[in-house]
Amino acid sequence: MSKLALPSYLDQSPEVKARFDELKRRDVILEVKNLGKVYDSAKGPVTALKDINFSVHRREFVTVIGPSGCGKSTLIRTLAGLESVSSGAVLLDGKPVTEPGPDRGMVFQGYTLFPWLTVKKNIMFGLRNQGVSSATAASEALEWISLVGLEKFADVYPDQLSGGMKQRVAIARALAAKPRILLMDEPFGALDAQTRSKMQAYLLEIWKNIDITILFITHDLDEAIYLADRILVLKANPGSVDEVIEVAVPRPRTVQQFLEPEFLAARQRLDQLIHPPSQDDEDDKLNMIRLTRVGDEVEPQQ
Amino acid sequence: MSSAPWLAPRVALSPQRERVLTVLSFLLPLFVWGIVSYVPFIWHPNIEITEPGSVSYFQEGMQIERASFQEEYDRQMEAGGELPQGVRANPVYLPAPHEVAIAFYTSFTTEPSRRSEQWLHESLWHSIQIIFWGFTLSSLIGVPLGILCGTFETISRLQEPFVEFFRYLPAPAFGALAVAILGIYDGPKIAIIFIGTFFQQVLVISNTTRKLDLALLEAALTLGATRLQLLFKVVIPGILPQLYKDQRILLGWAWTYLIVAELIGTSSGITWFITQQARYQNFENVFAAIMMIGIIGLLSDILLARLGKRLFPWEKSGNKS
Repeated sequence: MSKLALPSYLDQSPEVKARFDELKRRDVILEVKNLGKVYDSAKGPVTALKDINFSVHRREFVTVIGPSGCGKSTLIRTLAGLESVSSGAVLLDGKPVTEPGPDRGMVFQGYTLFPWLTVKKNIMFGLRNQGVSSATAASEALEWISLVGLEKFADVYPDQLSGGMKQRVAIARALAAKPRILLMDEPFGALDAQTRSKMQAYLLEIWKNIDITILFITHDLDEAIYLADRILVLKANPGSVDEVIEVAVPRPRTVQQFLEPEFLAARQRLDQLIHPPSQDDEDDKLNMIRLTRVGDEVEPQQ
Repeated sequence: MSSAPWLAPRVALSPQRERVLTVLSFLLPLFVWGIVSYVPFIWHPNIEITEPGSVSYFQEGMQIERASFQEEYDRQMEAGGELPQGVRANPVYLPAPHEVAIAFYTSFTTEPSRRSEQWLHESLWHSIQIIFWGFTLSSLIGVPLGILCGTFETISRLQEPFVEFFRYLPAPAFGALAVAILGIYDGPKIAIIFIGTFFQQVLVISNTTRKLDLALLEAALTLGATRLQLLFKVVIPGILPQLYKDQRILLGWAWTYLIVAELIGTSSGITWFITQQARYQNFENVFAAIMMIGIIGLLSDILLARLGKRLFPWEKSGNKS
């Protein structure tokens, strides 16, 4: 089908392979064991997640992708402790997770900055909860503000920020509480394409410079590849792990890599997994009728 | 743009037009009132007698229906007596705007007819105090309870069904009971305002609390907030601007209960002044006093709205009310 002969998505250059070998030797930060989640609904119990197993190593960047309804959000909310576990366990540094805590920072898709607090006070929130003094929290907050490049907006209320700026503050707020892992639930989903691409670059830059492990949910295939060391591909009904892909694209990543063979190979594999060819395609076809007038053809005739 | 149509569906008005329309909203009813008062051939169902003539029961200044006046007039015509004279007038219960305007001043200077009675400013002050205490007591319990109901399902289940039932019981119905328990002076009046406000307050505020975006609470939890911190650092500041607006609306309700409250036990305050003046047929004073309640209500609301903008600078500036 493709005119270009792509390498297999499994092929790794020696450098990339060495990096993965090193990565796997690092400590496991987050471990998910036989995780299952069953909801009670009016029609009886619904299995949202079933037998999920994976682990995330220190300073690893893992993205989670899957078709709609595969339970991506349920998974991350369970990891955050916002939803209970029905079976199996979530372990952070080997200890089971039962409730939300500052050791797992979270950035949500919707804007969840506290509207009554300025940017600085929003970032101070987690530190103040942990009993850090106001002065120390303020100076740490200012460092985070400069890290995300919002010095001019320290004393501004979130209402006055653009969507991209709000998410930068949300990232700074989550990181300021010094979590072991940063959970991101489609954080750039509501942003326009241009801002999203900038935010991805920002996030990689931050990730490179501080000791943080990231689990990032997305429904955007390119985003999943661009950011990740490994991609966790979920399938629906019930939500379970379909495949784990090691992204063979070397780091540091740039937007130019979107067209390189390793990237395209990974992209093709994701496509196969997420949009499998099915018999339903016939039903999905649009029933189009030509509405242009005769002789009104704009496109050249072939 | 000034060329925009005046009637464009849901299109915001220019500030200039807004001002014009605000003034008009007051001027229009005043205009209608003026027409009814000053144009003699509109309504004016009575005749005010200026010259009794030979009619035995006519007195100068007395008002009588036009038909009756005509009857007496015709009768004197036939009998050859002195003809009564009169001008068309509105009933005493509809004073003209200028009379009411004057009454705004004179009602303050009118000496109470008995020594035990109060001047108008004393009555007004008394009413304001009743409102203040009734509303403050209600808020002291109602606001925290509402917030707790909106935050914790357990407390909500334990309280709200009963509150929901109780709010249908008309507050004035508790008048007799309140007098029996609290005596005849200010106690039962404050109690009526309390009953009238409290149960609505719990429901309105618990509803406001429930509307706070759950994601904010979740975000706070992932930032390590404890339950207590969640309540004091997220829930309360999160609902504060709306809570303030709710309180302004509830204060308006407290005013509507004032009139009933003041009729219970010994009648007092502005209500007492109004009933008293109506008894003396000083209807311009009655109108003036009713309008004073409206003006105090409106002014305090405008003042509170201004204060609100200062208190909650993070609220969108375009967000009115």
